Amino acid sequence: MAFAALVWVVAAAVSVFFAARMWWFPEAISAHGADYDRQFAATWWVAGVIFVLAQLLLGWVMLRYRGMGRRAVYSHGNNALEMTWTLGGAVLFLGLVLIGTRIWAGVHLAAPRAGALEVEVSAKQFAWSYRYKGPDNRFGRTRPELANDSAGNPFGLDESDEAARDDVVTAMLRVPAGRPVVLMLTAKDVIHNFFVRELRIKQDTVPGMRIPLSFQAEKPGRYEVACSELCGLGHHQMRSTLLVMPAEEFDAWMREQAGP
Amino acid sequence: MSEPAAVPVHHAPRGFVRRYIFSTDHKVIGLQYFFLALFSVLVGMLLSLAMRYHLTNPDAKVRLFEMLWPDGAAGGLMTPELYLSLMTIHGTIMVFFVLTTAPQSGFGNYFLPLQIGAEDMAFPVLNMLSFWTTFLALVVLLAAFFVEGGAPLGGWTAYPPLSAIPAAGPGQGMGMTLWIASVGLFCVASLMGAINFITTIIDLRCTGMTLARMPLTVWGWFVTAIISLLAFGVLLAAAVLLLLDRGAGTSFYVPGGLIVNDRLLDHKGGSPLLWQHLFWFFGHPEVYIAILPGMGLVSQVLSVFARKPVFGYKAMVTAMLAIAVLGFVVWGHHMFVSGMSPYSAIAFSVLTMTIGVPSAIKTFNWIGTLWGGSIRFETPLLFAAGFVSLFVAGGISGIFLGQPTLDLYLHDTYFVVAHFHMIMGVAAIFGIFAATYYWFPKMFGRSMHSALGKAHFYLTFIGVYLIFVPMHSVGLAGNPRRYPDFKEFEFLAELGGAHTFISLAAYFTAAVQLLFLANLFWSMWKGRPAAANPWEATTLEWTVASPPPHDNFGGVTPQVHQGAYEYSVPGRSRDYVMQSEP
Repeated sequence: MAFAALVWVVAAAVSVFFAARMWWFPEAISAHGADYDRQFAATWWVAGVIFVLAQLLLGWVMLRYRGMGRRAVYSHGNNALEMTWTLGGAVLFLGLVLIGTRIWAGVHLAAPRAGALEVEVSAKQFAWSYRYKGPDNRFGRTRPELANDSAGNPFGLDESDEAARDDVVTAMLRVPAGRPVVLMLTAKDVIHNFFVRELRIKQDTVPGMRIPLSFQAEKPGRYEVACSELCGLGHHQMRSTLLVMPAEEFDAWMREQAGP
Repeated sequence: MSEPAAVPVHHAPRGFVRRYIFSTDHKVIGLQYFFLALFSVLVGMLLSLAMRYHLTNPDAKVRLFEMLWPDGAAGGLMTPELYLSLMTIHGTIMVFFVLTTAPQSGFGNYFLPLQIGAEDMAFPVLNMLSFWTTFLALVVLLAAFFVEGGAPLGGWTAYPPLSAIPAAGPGQGMGMTLWIASVGLFCVASLMGAINFITTIIDLRCTGMTLARMPLTVWGWFVTAIISLLAFGVLLAAAVLLLLDRGAGTSFYVPGGLIVNDRLLDHKGGSPLLWQHLFWFFGHPEVYIAILPGMGLVSQVLSVFARKPVFGYKAMVTAMLAIAVLGFVVWGHHMFVSGMSPYSAIAFSVLTMTIGVPSAIKTFNWIGTLWGGSIRFETPLLFAAGFVSLFVAGGISGIFLGQPTLDLYLHDTYFVVAHFHMIMGVAAIFGIFAATYYWFPKMFGRSMHSALGKAHFYLTFIGVYLIFVPMHSVGLAGNPRRYPDFKEFEFLAELGGAHTFISLAAYFTAAVQLLFLANLFWSMWKGRPAAANPWEATTLEWTVASPPPHDNFGGVTPQVHQGAYEYSVPGRSRDYVMQSEP
């Protein structure tokens, strides 16, 4: 009796708690984010219904079949039922994956859109750096041995290369709203992870690899970039800012950086 | 031959050391593992309490912390590196020395020979060696706290390059080396155990104990041993390579061009992803190593206390085998955001969701077992039914995390922490509790206190939901895991209330475990003496005295004539038929 009541209370309390959304996603700022939220909602309903039904059923059998001197039914099972929940489960679970794969492909498999802004991202213990191509629209040469944060050269730009001199290096990621962006993620020491909640994207930055990541932010504003792969004692302080600017403001900022 | 074959009676060795310390008796070894796991779970739990306290009181100065860790908590203030090292050891100790050790090595050792009618394990000396290697592994792990730099801070997953480069942080020097040595030793011990379990089950079943008559507990240990044999070898190899990268100048995991602390390293050509593939090739099956014995036990307990045959015995065995096979081809779902090919993510995702099917079969069959039963509400039953509830609650979040799309946000948030604690931590621990309450009378010849046991169940059940439901929600708000405090980020400051609530629920749940400890130790000496078969169960361990004699069956080889779940058979006067009854 107590068990059934408790399981039902748990099922009800969990439902109410999540329906209240006390601690929840922030608002999405991209088309991908909206897709993500829809896929999450679909999964949420499937999971929620299974969770509640299973708990209700568990409570019910515990209540209904509590021993009261009566003899139990002698049965070793039922193949028809067995097939039903096997096939039902398979269709439901695989269906969800197949529906969601389109969204995954949109982030990782789609060809980068023409005219996308390319930004190189470098992560190290415990800071982020961003590099833009500058007016010549080319990334200049870098050499790891030249990398020096205290001298303001986290990427190791080689000044002897013409193309490197106008590269713009910042500690804050500025991007224009409404235009596609491709980040090229790199790491200098250990694995880090680039995560912006409002974009609904997260990607490891791995030493020795250059990993592209596409997004298009629609809503201007300031958003926090959090390292989400344990990288050492300052992991929890590895923060930077994503500043999504109206496109014309971004262009003006870029011109200003390029200098006279 | 009509009479059971008589074999010579074996008496226990007389000396204390041979009998209780370097014993080759599977029952003593089972208890040794049980108490090793009990010690480990207390250490692991205290570490988690220290972590929860620090998360909600990051600026508090705690004398106790300073006494325990004079370097890491000078003045009582916990440093980030100390927090991360507590987390690393918490994870390692819980996964290896509790969840792998108690259900398989502990209860498996004690009850496997008894349930299949054998006198001992196939290789008793190997069994002893396996325990003492595990013991050594635990000592080496805990020693990491006491060396210069302290315990490693890279988490139980130990991703290189962080774990491969001693300069990458405090604890990554000697502490990390000890961690690798400990894990390596544990792998060796587990391989020895796995060989022993598999051989015993194949070779030492008594007459009539066909595979289809084996209790599902035995199936659980069997499948787990096979998984262990295939998985631990891979982790051992991975650990050796990591050790070589650290000490011998190799570059299996470390690529060229790394700059750590402004110094260019001379490693070349390694891949950080190689470790992740090897680690998770072990790491995902490890989840099933932790939970499969619990699944077997829950099937057993539900059937005994519902007085009803297991619903779909063959489906249950098939589901376990399916989980074992699928468990080896889904490791990539830990790596959706690792930089691995996005195409393989899709393949891993499909395979991962497929594992939901045998899991659903098990859940429905457990409910089917209770259906139409005549349920006796004893403590083991409550924990087994609680396991089902928690298995659903913990498994359902896997439907989110198995999709690479949703993992784009949820990966490495507290949603993941809540997910694996619920299923691999709490559900598996409920299996261990069910096993303890169920088999205690057999192991110690006395009964545990029933009312205290039920109170322990209800309060723990409430407590774990109070901890882990809000923790999922904190993850949905994007809270990354493995952060020693939440002061740096604006969005994390808003989650302070949630974390305070979770910490309070954790203190409450931990305090409730005192009921269990009190009950356990009080009952060992003062509990009501138990009969040979107090639960009226059918399997062979209940045919012998409580506790069983040294050679288990007193010189008589049992014979089996029945399946393991003949409850409420029509036409029989009693509502159960022992496996040994003609």
